[in-house]
Amino acid sequence: MLEIRGLAASINDKPILKGIDLTVPEGEIHAIMGPNGSGKSTLAYVLSGREEFDVTGGSASFNGVDLLAMEPEERAAAGVFLAFQAPIELPGVNNANFLRTALNAIRRARGESELDAVQFLKLARSEAKRLAMPEDMLKRNVNVGFSGGEKKRNEVLQMAILRPRLAILDETDSGLDIDALKIVADGVNALRAPDFSALVITHHQRLLDHLVPDRVHVLAHGRIIRSGGPDLARELEKSGYAQVVAEAA
Amino acid sequence: MTAALPSGAAGFLARYAALRDLLPGDPALRDAAAEAFRTAGLPGATQGRRPEAWKYTTLRPLADARFQSTAEDTNGGVPPAAMTALLARAPTLDAPRLVFVNGAYRADLSTPPALFARFADQPDFGTLTWPDREPLVALNTMLAADGALLDVLDDTDAGVVELVHLSTDGTAAHPRHCIRLGTNARLTLLDVAIGDGSYLHNPVTEVHVAAGATLTHARLQDESDRAYHLATTYAGVAGDATYDSFTLTLGGRVGRNEMHALLAAPRATAHLNAAQLLTGTQHADFTSVVRHDAPSCTSRQTVKNVLNGRARGVFQGRIEVARVAQKTDGYQMNQALLLSPDAEIDSKPELEIFADDVKCSHGATVGELDIEQLFYLKSRGIPDAEARAILVRAFLAEALDAVSQETVRAALEQSVERWWERQAA
Repeated sequence: MLEIRGLAASINDKPILKGIDLTVPEGEIHAIMGPNGSGKSTLAYVLSGREEFDVTGGSASFNGVDLLAMEPEERAAAGVFLAFQAPIELPGVNNANFLRTALNAIRRARGESELDAVQFLKLARSEAKRLAMPEDMLKRNVNVGFSGGEKKRNEVLQMAILRPRLAILDETDSGLDIDALKIVADGVNALRAPDFSALVITHHQRLLDHLVPDRVHVLAHGRIIRSGGPDLARELEKSGYAQVVAEAA
Repeated sequence: MTAALPSGAAGFLARYAALRDLLPGDPALRDAAAEAFRTAGLPGATQGRRPEAWKYTTLRPLADARFQSTAEDTNGGVPPAAMTALLARAPTLDAPRLVFVNGAYRADLSTPPALFARFADQPDFGTLTWPDREPLVALNTMLAADGALLDVLDDTDAGVVELVHLSTDGTAAHPRHCIRLGTNARLTLLDVAIGDGSYLHNPVTEVHVAAGATLTHARLQDESDRAYHLATTYAGVAGDATYDSFTLTLGGRVGRNEMHALLAAPRATAHLNAAQLLTGTQHADFTSVVRHDAPSCTSRQTVKNVLNGRARGVFQGRIEVARVAQKTDGYQMNQALLLSPDAEIDSKPELEIFADDVKCSHGATVGELDIEQLFYLKSRGIPDAEARAILVRAFLAEALDAVSQETVRAALEQSVERWWERQAA
């Protein structure tokens, strides 16, 4: 379970998050929606440990452990995964080697045995196939020369292989066509389990048609101003954020 | 005995006075070189005389160094076991191998190819070098006693040859190598320098690539961290011919790799690529002069530096384009990754262009590891040190990709791996 209490964070002394309260119970998928600049990506970065953000107050724990006290790699080992809004290119780093290094680092941190190259490739190929990814994406350098859609699918592939217990998807749907959107949603749905939860950051209702959330939260000006069931997403799609933001003010 | 030897330039001149009549080849040429060396001295060793070409590198410490000996009086004294241990550090290729110890050829350690001759037997100072302009070439010309002569006949593919130079403590070696490729000939040369202790290795290599021929020249400088490695290469490249070089610098207290490429006829190509991995207080200088003397020639230089500790890297690259050299395509890039706040890179690109229809570009980047890339790796569970190593290796992998010959590239990659292991230890 993810428990966020009064979380405040700033970058370059500029407050972005101004007291977030949010609980995501095990097995649930929660959507975070909100206008541009409301702090959605900052929340994702702060939870995954990006250094440039200063946490100025509050707490965030995952299954009882203090997330904010951990290094990014320790959070990953604890089961946190961030699917980047703009996945990073790594020239000179082979995608398959990268994935295997990550998986084995996490397995090592959890006291599990490492996978050898053959075992790993078998796993990676079957996951890539399930996500309708061309196999040569494993041989290429990480995200280099990938289209926008390929980059997003590569994020979902990483997630499928690393099997997190908390996935944070930061606008993974942006820039995807309908088919790719469905593949991504299916990829997340496939991970659904009693011990898997997800925080899905999105602008649009579209993704949530395929990836039905248990709860929807609206983030504006660094605070959660409204929460509701899946219907809230449809309401927002119709009326826009302005009204909800105005009502909350 | 040692105390009686003069140090620095005077020591080398005294050495020459003693050996002059024993050294092979034209004494008039050596005398002229000795005069040039006497006038120039060791760059940086004398107050107020630091030529522009040596702006960032000083041989001041060499002024106080005394080298016991040159090839002929140490070679027999080096115990075979020490040689075997040193030689084990050289890459093992399935190829003919030439081994030199402290500047002298060692038949007992070599498996020579048919195209090989010794400088000691057939002294050949070549035609491209400028002892009057380069003090270290003058020093080499004055004292060169041995070296490898490789002559590849027209239309012949000579495969791969490995040239290994081993140095031992307290020695100074000035080998003189000359490589000639006939029309449409091919050769891959892996040129390796290793050693133990404090010494000077000052090789001069002259390369002639005839029309349509290709020389792939990979160099592995893995000298001792107390060594001076001062190498100068001159390459003359004919029409439709390619001189494809890559220099990997890992060792040496002070290293300088100076390369001159002359693109002499249309559609000649020169690649002067390099990677320098330095740590501690190492200093390595990559200096190149590419002369475009004919139309439609191509030159490429990508030099990557990974600098740790208080290491200092230097890149000086000059592209000269003659008035006749229209349609020149010249490219030069120097990149440095600084892994410590005390590491330093000096970069001096120069373009001197007298033709009007040319494409010449140069660039330099200096940076630390990209924090976004680092965070991306760590967010996937990869610990900080491992993530950093992955990014540095990736930076280098791009450089090593320039080495097209697979077995040679694998040998260089392995040397980089061993360098990493030494850093971790």
